[in-house]
This record gives sequence, C-alpha cells and structure tokens, in this order.
Amino acid sequence: MDWINLILIPAIKSVILVVVLLTGFAYLTWVERKLIGRFQQRIGPNRAWKFGLGHPIADALKMIFKEETIPNYTDKILFALGPGLALAPSLLIFAVIPVGPTLRMFGKDIPFVVADVNIGLLWVLAVGGIGTYGTVLGGWASNNKYSLLGALRTSAQMLSYELPMGILIIALLLTTALGTADGSGTLNLVEIVRMDRPWWLWAWIWLAFPLYFICMLAETGRKPFDFPETENELVAGYQTEYGSIKFALYYMTEYLHVLGASGVAVSVFFGGWRGPFVEQFPGLGLLYFTIKLLAMVFLFIWASASVPRPRYDQLLKFCWTFLFPAALIYMAITAVGVVLL
Amino acid sequence: MFLFIVFALIAIVAGLGVILSRKPVYSALFLLVNFATLAALYIMLQAQFLAAVQIIVYAGAIVVLILFVIMLIGGGELRDIRDPNKTLLRRLTAPRVTGAVLALLLLAAIGYGLITGTLNSASGSAAAFNNGSVQAIASVLYTDYVLPFELASVLLLVGMIGAVVLAKNE
Repeated sequence: MDWINLILIPAIKSVILVVVLLTGFAYLTWVERKLIGRFQQRIGPNRAWKFGLGHPIADALKMIFKEETIPNYTDKILFALGPGLALAPSLLIFAVIPVGPTLRMFGKDIPFVVADVNIGLLWVLAVGGIGTYGTVLGGWASNNKYSLLGALRTSAQMLSYELPMGILIIALLLTTALGTADGSGTLNLVEIVRMDRPWWLWAWIWLAFPLYFICMLAETGRKPFDFPETENELVAGYQTEYGSIKFALYYMTEYLHVLGASGVAVSVFFGGWRGPFVEQFPGLGLLYFTIKLLAMVFLFIWASASVPRPRYDQLLKFCWTFLFPAALIYMAITAVGVVLL
Repeated sequence: MFLFIVFALIAIVAGLGVILSRKPVYSALFLLVNFATLAALYIMLQAQFLAAVQIIVYAGAIVVLILFVIMLIGGGELRDIRDPNKTLLRRLTAPRVTGAVLALLLLAAIGYGLITGTLNSASGSAAAFNNGSVQAIASVLYTDYVLPFELASVLLLVGMIGAVVLAKNE
C-alpha cells in the first residue's frame, strides 16, 4: 500500500508530465513559428498537413535520423554530457508546479503536482541554477571560440539575472506571510496557489511582474536576450558544433525552460490553476492552468518578435544598475509593508 | 545506512577527483558532484531547506563562477608539477604548507569530536528540529545566533562593496 503512494503514483505522474511536456515542446515550436510568421506578416509553416501541424513530427524525425557527428579536438565526455545536463533540470522544474487542484480518481485523492514539498520555490531556483551547466559545459567542450564565448556569456548572464530574480522571489515570499493564518509565510507552491489574497496585495504583486518577466527572458536565454547563441555574432553560440539529436536536446531545453518559467510565473503571479467555478468542477483547474500557461508563452513569443536585441554589455549593465537596485527597493518596501500590516 | 554509505563513497571519490584531475574543468565538475552528494546527505537528515540552499549557493552559483574563471584563463591540461629535480624540502611552498597544516587541524578536530562523542550526539539532529523547516531555522537564526548571522552578512556586504570599488577604478 505504501509503495503505491510513495513510488507508483509519483512515477505515473512523472511519466505523464514528461510526455505532455515533450509533446508540448514539439507543438510549441509550431506555435512559435506560426506566431512569428504572423508578426512578420507571413503565413508561417503550412506545408505538412493542415495548418502545418505535421511540421513538428517531420522535424523530430529529421533530427533523430540525421548522422550524429562528434568533431575531433572536442572534450568527448563533456561534449556528450552537455545536452543531457541541460535537458534534465529543465524537466525537473515542473516537479513542484501544481498544474491542477486535488482530484478524486480511482478512490484516491490525487494532487496534480509531482512533488508537494515545503521548499517548492527554492527547488525551482536550485534546479534553474543547475541548468546552466549543460550550456556552459557544452560550449566549453566544443573547443570552438564561438562556442566558448557563448558559454561564457551564458554563465555571466545567468549569474547576474539570478540575483534580481531571487530578490523578487524573496519579496513575493514575504507577501505570503500575509496570506496564512499564523503569519508565517510558505515556500510551497501548492500553498501559494491556494492562498487567498486581497486585491491590493495582488496589485502590489503584479507590480513586480514586468521586472520578473525581464529576468525570465534573460534566464531562459530567449530573444531579445539570446546571447548564448546570438546567431549574427557567434554563429550559433554554445551549440555551434552540435548536430542531430544532441542539437535537438538543446533546442528542447530552451523551450522547456520557457514552459517551466511560465509555469512558475503563472503559479506565483496569476493564481495557477485557480479560476471561476473551479471549486465545483476541479477538472476546470487543468484547463485554467493551460490557458494561463499559453498566455504566458505568448508573451514570450511576442517579446521575441517585437524587441530588438541589445548589446551584451548593455544587458549586464541593465541588470546591475537598474534591475538589481529596483528589485532591492521593491523587496525593502514589501518587507516594511509586511511588518506594518 | 546503505544510502549514506553510497553517497559518502561518491563524495569521497568526487573529492579525490577534484585534486587528482589534470583538467581544471573536471576538478570543478567533481566539486559539483561533491556538493550534490552533500545536498543528498542533508536530505537524508530531513534538512530539505539546507539541501536546497546548498544546491542554490554552491552548485548554482559558486561552481558556475569557478567554471567562468577557469574558462576565462583557459582550461587546458595542467603540466605535471612534480619537478623531479627539486628536493622534497624545496617543493614545500608556502601555500602547500598552509594547506597541509589546515587539513591536519581539521582532521584532528573531527577525530577529537568523534572520540569524545560530541559530534555524534542525536540531540541536535535535524529531525528533532521540526524537519529543518524554514520557520525553525529562521527562528533560531534570528534569536540565538543573531550576532554571527549579522557579522556574516556584514562580511558579505564588505565583499560586495569591495568588488564595486575594484570595478570602478578601471
């Protein structure tokens, strides 16, 4: 009985989550290409099947069946390790994100989250921090100037933007102290989503969202902050030497990061799976979560289509001279507010 | 106990890997493995928060920084530093002597703690400490240990200001 609860159910949930995420990734590429096409007044992919819906499948097959080459003069172990090290953490982030309320199925209460742990948000930060290694090591192991530059940029960019992001998250965690009965906050994403907050608190939380969104763009390495790969400066950055399925793994990582970051943002800023009538029909929670997630992903694609890329030094300067102090001020005001209220 | 032995062995092997690898990048990666196993040991002690912080701070930031520096100065293979022409006494440079003395002191302290039994007492275990929850750690940190805590934060602040001053002078 115990092993069903401890191992079997989480394992089934993980498998479902991974399958959904990987399918989601495949169709996210389709969504992005379609949307970017529209933004640039093109039609976008429309050859394979209706609306080009067959493109992701064709892409996947092509990637898998391409010849896999490992160039000479690379560090073979790390070269092979890189994509895997990048992909695994990007999947792990979703373990603590509640995608729906607790549902009653097969005579059991099944919460729609893989790991309901009390360090929820810290898990996100920890796993996000480890995600850097895949990129950095892959870039270094390629033994290519462009790859190395991409890797260096990645490590500096991730380290810098983790700071304002972490501080904003601290501020948001401080606000959770106002939501619980005994006045002690929580790190648990499941509880954060469940929390009832007054409208002024929501307004104050949403005030931090633009800053947080900029951090997310930089942390996921998405356009306009795609400095790890900047195709018109560094060929393809850290993934220059990668081909076939290894390249596909890096590609996957990028989109999974977008999904993961969106999931966290939706849970922290927009109430996760909550919405009207979700108390009566818990199944609606999944739908709400998906809609909110897609809206967040749309924001990502919108930003990548409409904002030009800054210079690399401008990126770091912006982080240290504006974003970081702004986040600190936001946190200080939040702290004072939480103590006074 | 079985899990502990597995993780402890991995930690020791990784620790040896740090000092025995010829390539600095591999050393940094072994260090990362070592930190990860430490986090696993914390989790086995029910100290989830400590484990998460261990990963965030050490794996997520410090080793990335180390890798960054290694890559900036070029992470090529190290030359063999054992110079057969020098006598043993000549090879004892100041950093090596300091390192050896500190290592011996640490070993002596741990040995003393184990022999007198002050290190393996169960009263301070994390499970007795409200599962190492954030609330429990915070309440102890801000009451019993507030002075060391504040001193450490002042130290970090000084480091931060120092970095800014160094960067400004260029």
